[in-house]
Amino acid sequence: MSATILKLVAQRVALGIVLLLAVSVLIFVGTQILPGDVAASILGQSATPEAVANLRQELGLNDPAYVRYFRWLGGVLTGDLGKALSSGQDIASSLGGRLWNTLFLAFWAAVVSVPLAIILGLIAVRYRNGFVDKLISGLALASTSLPEFFIGYLLVYFFAVKWQIFPGISTVYEGMPFIERMQAIALPATALTLVVLAHMMRMTRAAILNVMQSAYIETAELKGLRPIEIIRRHAFPNAIAPIINVVMLNLAYLIVGVVVIEVIFVYPGMGQYLVDHVAKRDVPVVQAVGLIFAAVYIGLNIIADIAAIVANPRLRHPK
Amino acid sequence: MSNELEFLSRYVAKGKLSRRDFLGRAAALGVSATFANSLLSSAVRAAGPVKGGLLKAGLQGGESSNVLDPALNLSQVNFNFGKCWGELLVELAPDGSLDYRIAESIGSSPDAKTWTMKIRKGIEFHDGKPVTPDDVVATLERHADAKSKSAALGILQGIDSMKVNGDEAIVTLKDPNADFPYLMADYHLVIQPNGGKDNPNAGISAGPYKVTVNEPGVRYGGEKFANYWQGDKLGHADQVEIVVINDPTARMSALQGGQVNMINRVEPKIVDLIKRVPGVTIQTVSGRGFYPFNMFCDTAPFDNNDLRMALKLAMDREELLSKILRGYGSVGNDFPINEAYPLFSNDIEQRKFDPDKAAEYYKKSGHSGSILLRTSDVAFPGAVDAAQLYQQSCAKAGITIEIKREPGDGYWSEVWNKQPFSLSYWGGRPTQDQMYSTAYISNADWNDTRWKRPQFDKMIITARGELDEGKRKKIYRDMAVMMRDEGGLIVPFFNQYIDASGKGVQGWTANPAQEMCNGYALALCWLEA
Repeated sequence: MSATILKLVAQRVALGIVLLLAVSVLIFVGTQILPGDVAASILGQSATPEAVANLRQELGLNDPAYVRYFRWLGGVLTGDLGKALSSGQDIASSLGGRLWNTLFLAFWAAVVSVPLAIILGLIAVRYRNGFVDKLISGLALASTSLPEFFIGYLLVYFFAVKWQIFPGISTVYEGMPFIERMQAIALPATALTLVVLAHMMRMTRAAILNVMQSAYIETAELKGLRPIEIIRRHAFPNAIAPIINVVMLNLAYLIVGVVVIEVIFVYPGMGQYLVDHVAKRDVPVVQAVGLIFAAVYIGLNIIADIAAIVANPRLRHPK
Repeated sequence: MSNELEFLSRYVAKGKLSRRDFLGRAAALGVSATFANSLLSSAVRAAGPVKGGLLKAGLQGGESSNVLDPALNLSQVNFNFGKCWGELLVELAPDGSLDYRIAESIGSSPDAKTWTMKIRKGIEFHDGKPVTPDDVVATLERHADAKSKSAALGILQGIDSMKVNGDEAIVTLKDPNADFPYLMADYHLVIQPNGGKDNPNAGISAGPYKVTVNEPGVRYGGEKFANYWQGDKLGHADQVEIVVINDPTARMSALQGGQVNMINRVEPKIVDLIKRVPGVTIQTVSGRGFYPFNMFCDTAPFDNNDLRMALKLAMDREELLSKILRGYGSVGNDFPINEAYPLFSNDIEQRKFDPDKAAEYYKKSGHSGSILLRTSDVAFPGAVDAAQLYQQSCAKAGITIEIKREPGDGYWSEVWNKQPFSLSYWGGRPTQDQMYSTAYISNADWNDTRWKRPQFDKMIITARGELDEGKRKKIYRDMAVMMRDEGGLIVPFFNQYIDASGKGVQGWTANPAQEMCNGYALALCWLEA
């Protein structure tokens, strides 16, 4: 059995790597067709033709695209993401702290949102089609339907400006005391939670409801088990695969989709970093960030696949 | 009357009379609230700054790609932080005169070519070493190096040679330049140990604060430099912090929420709303920045001065000022200088909207068909709306303007200074000579109106070498009139710097040179006890 799983896992990982390579080509091509010239964008309104020519030479922008692609790919494979064009700083080192900040925010948002979504989903199933179910679904759908920047501004307005409970800007830095750090991320984490909550909650509810139609649930009911016990012991374990899938998708969103939230709350994460450098046409940084986002997305999807395989005997023993 | 008010204002400063009572009394005496408030703040200032504490600014204009090297400072955050830790040879005082810093005095030879800067003794760098004339010369050398990427390279190009003579730094110029001392106030020219040649990003100079935190695009911090040469004159807070907040809404909410004490770049459209927020004070000052409509004087159809005149007369400047800047600015007069510059002549007739005369000139020009005007959101805030308002006012004079909205990406490389009629911005320069030499001399790279007049070039150069202020002022007046009546520049308005300070912030001293009290807001202000 374990050999089959290993083979399946190896297949997924290999597929992931191929996908990542394809993405790297896409990212590279995408950054090449951006309008405007890197050198001119860096120098801004103060660009003289000589300065632009000097900078282009210095940045190696005069080589053909494929040469630059393989040079870049080679660097990435050896852990060298290159230097930012605009500041000359090493990308890998400046990205490290940013990535950690983004993961920190995503982690706490996930710690709150995943259990909350699943528990709310379970409760909704327990009281399905009743008032509680409708209330939970309604609120969750409402929070998802609002654009995230609007949720962000609402939170800032009430919690930072009106009541002044939490800071409206979430600047965090190295060596910041843990309590202060948690206070700083309270609002962005809440905003993220509200954004991803409904999707996971609805999926949990739907997946369990699906299982609830099965004959063995009826048997369990006839045995006289309490409804919440039936859901916990019989329905939930069998509905876990789609739930894991949607949880992973949302975790990926927490990491790669936070650009807007980071900008609103001035949170020094990857999104903010990406926006700054897109504006400056800093292609190596955009490529590096794009690649990391793609890796996170693909990685979490592989984990979701594998978890689904492990949780599902039918996938473990394919005919 | 004012004696009584002054007396009362000191009472307020001492805390014996409430601010509200004071303003009530002032109103009873028939004094405007603005004047009463300014009286009050000067009294509070006289009562003495409060020392200590932490002062925080939330600023727009910082990217994670920034570095500390003053030569590469371009955006607002680096500019403001540079004023916290850096020290310059001279600074611009709020009245436009020179405030001598590391240079104790600057003198010139009669031909305005050799300039001698006496370096003040006893100034210390943050690393404990004394500031010497050698450091000054090394700094200028680094910025003047043709290979340097320094933004101050342009203004130092006129330097022929430099040397140290005892406690003096002597600079010889290729051509006379009476503005030399003003050029030394350029904010890039922070004096660094050995000119920063060893490590330009070290963040060491002789300013009121030492660099403690340097997280590009996130935040910067400084702590009071104990041996600051001006002692208590600058740097009242023990610690200062700059938080980079590029989003205008977030900046405003941070100020309202009390997380920062001051912010820059308040959008004109929200100023009137913000004024009502308790504790928040809007700080405005007229700057030298302006938003031009540029016509190429050498490209058809703009090579015809009658058409240029028609296009100038067809602009309703008052309307643009009130609708685009909400009145936070002043109308332009089709030359790039306003009263914020030294040696400005305020007796030049203001050009007004005159559709009839514009129609007359337009007919005389013989042009027919529409005129293409290029604009973009990045030209300046509200540039697209400004183009549309202009289109309407032109229509009243029978001139058809066709607007082309260009993408923001590549606007500065593909449109500005490339297309014959477009919108742009200029940040202004410390002196008139600088502004004219940057963009209105025949061979300038950035001659964005293609204004090529040998006579005008000659006037620029004559004025530059003229040490007699009266004569210079006269030349500048003639140049202004010439540009106004023949140039390719239409100036709807000059903008204002709009900043805001929060509860209890005292000591704000507006300076037309730049935003945030010319970058010194953190060093000048303190929090009311």
